[in-house]
Amino acid sequence: MDRRDFIRKTFAASALAAAGPALAPGDKSYLWAFGSSLLQNPYDLVAIKGGEADVMFDRAIASIGGMKRFVKKGQTVVVKPNIGWDVVPEKGANTNPKLVKRIIEHCFNAGAKEVFVFDHTCDYWTKCYSNSGIERAAKDSGAKVVSAASESYYQQVKIKNGKRLTSAKIHELVLSANVFINVPILKNHGGAKVTASMKNLMGIIWDRGYMHENDLHQTIADLASFRKPDLNVIDAYYVMKNHGPKGVSKEDLLTMKSQIISTDIVAADAAAIKLFGLEPDKVDYLRHAAEMRLGRKDLEKLNINRIKI
Amino acid sequence: MSLARLKKVRIAVSILFFALTAFLFLDFKSFLPLTVNKYVLYLQFVPSVLKFINVFSLLAAAGFIFVIVLSLFFGRVYCSTICPLGTLQDLAIYFSRKFRRKKKSRFHYLKANNFLRYGFLAISVIPVFFGSMFALDLLDPYSNFGKISANLFRPVVVFLNNSAAYALEKFQNYSLYPFELRTVSLLGAVFSLFFLALVIIMSVSKGRLYCNSICPVGTLLGLLSRFSFFKIAIDQSRCKGCGICEKSCKSGCIDNKSRTVDYSRCVSCFDCFNVCPSQGIGYLKPFKKKSNSAQKETDYAKREFIFKTSAYILGLSGFAFLQKKPKSYKNNSVPTTKQTPLTPPGSMGIEHFTSTCTACHLCISACPAQVLQPSYLEFGLRGMMQPHMDYRTSFCNFECVACTEVCPNGAILPLTLEQKKLTQLGKVRFVKDDCIVKTENTDCGACSEHCPTKAVNMVPYIGKLSIPQVNDEICIGCGACEYACPAKPFKAIYVEGNPVHLKAKKPEIKKLEEKVDYKEDFPF
Repeated sequence: MDRRDFIRKTFAASALAAAGPALAPGDKSYLWAFGSSLLQNPYDLVAIKGGEADVMFDRAIASIGGMKRFVKKGQTVVVKPNIGWDVVPEKGANTNPKLVKRIIEHCFNAGAKEVFVFDHTCDYWTKCYSNSGIERAAKDSGAKVVSAASESYYQQVKIKNGKRLTSAKIHELVLSANVFINVPILKNHGGAKVTASMKNLMGIIWDRGYMHENDLHQTIADLASFRKPDLNVIDAYYVMKNHGPKGVSKEDLLTMKSQIISTDIVAADAAAIKLFGLEPDKVDYLRHAAEMRLGRKDLEKLNINRIKI
Repeated sequence: MSLARLKKVRIAVSILFFALTAFLFLDFKSFLPLTVNKYVLYLQFVPSVLKFINVFSLLAAAGFIFVIVLSLFFGRVYCSTICPLGTLQDLAIYFSRKFRRKKKSRFHYLKANNFLRYGFLAISVIPVFFGSMFALDLLDPYSNFGKISANLFRPVVVFLNNSAAYALEKFQNYSLYPFELRTVSLLGAVFSLFFLALVIIMSVSKGRLYCNSICPVGTLLGLLSRFSFFKIAIDQSRCKGCGICEKSCKSGCIDNKSRTVDYSRCVSCFDCFNVCPSQGIGYLKPFKKKSNSAQKETDYAKREFIFKTSAYILGLSGFAFLQKKPKSYKNNSVPTTKQTPLTPPGSMGIEHFTSTCTACHLCISACPAQVLQPSYLEFGLRGMMQPHMDYRTSFCNFECVACTEVCPNGAILPLTLEQKKLTQLGKVRFVKDDCIVKTENTDCGACSEHCPTKAVNMVPYIGKLSIPQVNDEICIGCGACEYACPAKPFKAIYVEGNPVHLKAKKPEIKKLEEKVDYKEDFPF
């Protein structure tokens, strides 16, 4: 048992009685932790499989205390899916629109004042938003779909713990929103090997080229240290095994009908990489992030709720 | 009499054409479906002729025939209704008159400048037969109106939109979004500004002088209007010689002294109909005996003139052949400087494209990715301002055929999405020594990430690293890799243009072996 583990367990025991905020150990993002729970939830991570994306989310979120644990009445929420590509949902390059829709519904049910949805896309943004089905899904559920295609939306910030990425232009909604929910899709990626929660954060910054230029893996970890999402929901319904992240045909996809939910971005990605079929240590950004203590990759020591539908 | 109402009809029709045409260039949010373009621009003369030559279909391009027939009946109605540049001049005249303090008599009879007008007509038309659009690009009224709209009006509209969007953003209102305009080039803007200033100055001071001394379409239709069935003329029996019609004529084609109208310069605006106190000017009944015409004798001189200029222009068109010819593609060339510029999908290749495009910049306005940019000298002098695919600014969206749907000339021919996805504009070139994976020893993959066909694929390199590998058989030359490549100062991956577009191979599709068992435990 290492020091962090000890502290965590002590906290968990006392938190049942205590009514004070229990912060995740090693978590330096307390400045942003508006949505953290009063009571430590017993599960570090929920993995679920066998159902439709929205149904799986209902089950998974309920098992870690429901959306009310993250979203308080009157708060603003950013839901950040992957909308990077101008392809239809069945091509599995963007987050499942049904999942995005259900997450937004949960946010409003928990009392959210406003929910914003955006992504800094790779293909032309209005086409990505419409063809992915996410624009429709988000608007139908009452969220505001916002552009991320203009530099004017981005504010220069310092990344205190960054090693290679020490400052960046971040979308202003990530800076101003009370709650930040990261909704990536699990895919193969030519440069990063696997893309999930941490890689999805490349859609909140303006200059992605800088990251590719200056050690992609380290800068992905650096960016994750800036504002860790309050919740990560990894869509693994369709998983692109080859030709990622855009894919060439539907034959690149494996229908895994799975989902991973965690407040710990490193744990979520570690589980996702395993699910994808790789060892987490083979993916450098995950290793860097664990070394920077952004979360835990030792899945065997985590309290995981595994659900099969 | 119903003739008095003609002017109102003319104004209404011209405003409609003007507004619709301008909107096509200003519609940066794609309110209108792109298929509207071909209906709105169907009657534009030069695009219609060029499209007819290229697609050889009356259904797709009979607009110019309609205009010719219209001219043979009623004279240059085109210049006062359909031509957006004509209406632009009318608007300039209208507003300058509104704001001018001294209301002196504005127009008077001008002598026809035959040397200029037939000269410009010859310069525009003859080189086209030799594949050079150089002069026509600079003189075609529709295309110049397009350049003005795309390079001057569009930025103004975008500026207003963005100002409003920034203001709303301060209140966390994201209903408008700023548009990042990337298609305005210095050359395009300077040329458009010069041209707009020229047209406005000429029209405000001398009416439709541009249309009657420079515009090749005006001159051509003027030649036709000599044979019009109905002609605007002065009724000698009613005319009292007050000269008010001459003063109202923006074409300067009514000569009160000789009481004649020069049909070749009359733009059929009908302004004179309403001002005449004795209804002494109007469409002459066709079989009525002709009034004295001063045209007949000049014909021979004109023919000689046209003959001589033709000979001169033939010499000039040799100039076009001296321009930069696209070099053919060489497999063994390594430098990251492009040898061959890229033309949009559907344009078949440089030869077809540059010899049909009049640089109206409509495709530039329609391209959502803004990859189409006005060229400088990429196609040589003769292709100045014609659009090219600029992969430093953006890349061609895989799922898009916008440019092929809007081109009124047939310089970019329609493609289905399936055809477009196999149309190879150029081939990918990878320069390993410039690649970040090699120089920095880190993973990158930005090029492969963006590649829609995986013609750029990441393969194992040293240690855990992977490096791009290219397969130019399935590459369609969309430029996504080149755009995304973060290497500096040289891109490590770029697209070398195909002088003639080729057909790419379909990417090989392999079925996944893996099967999923939903009852199986999680691997963690």
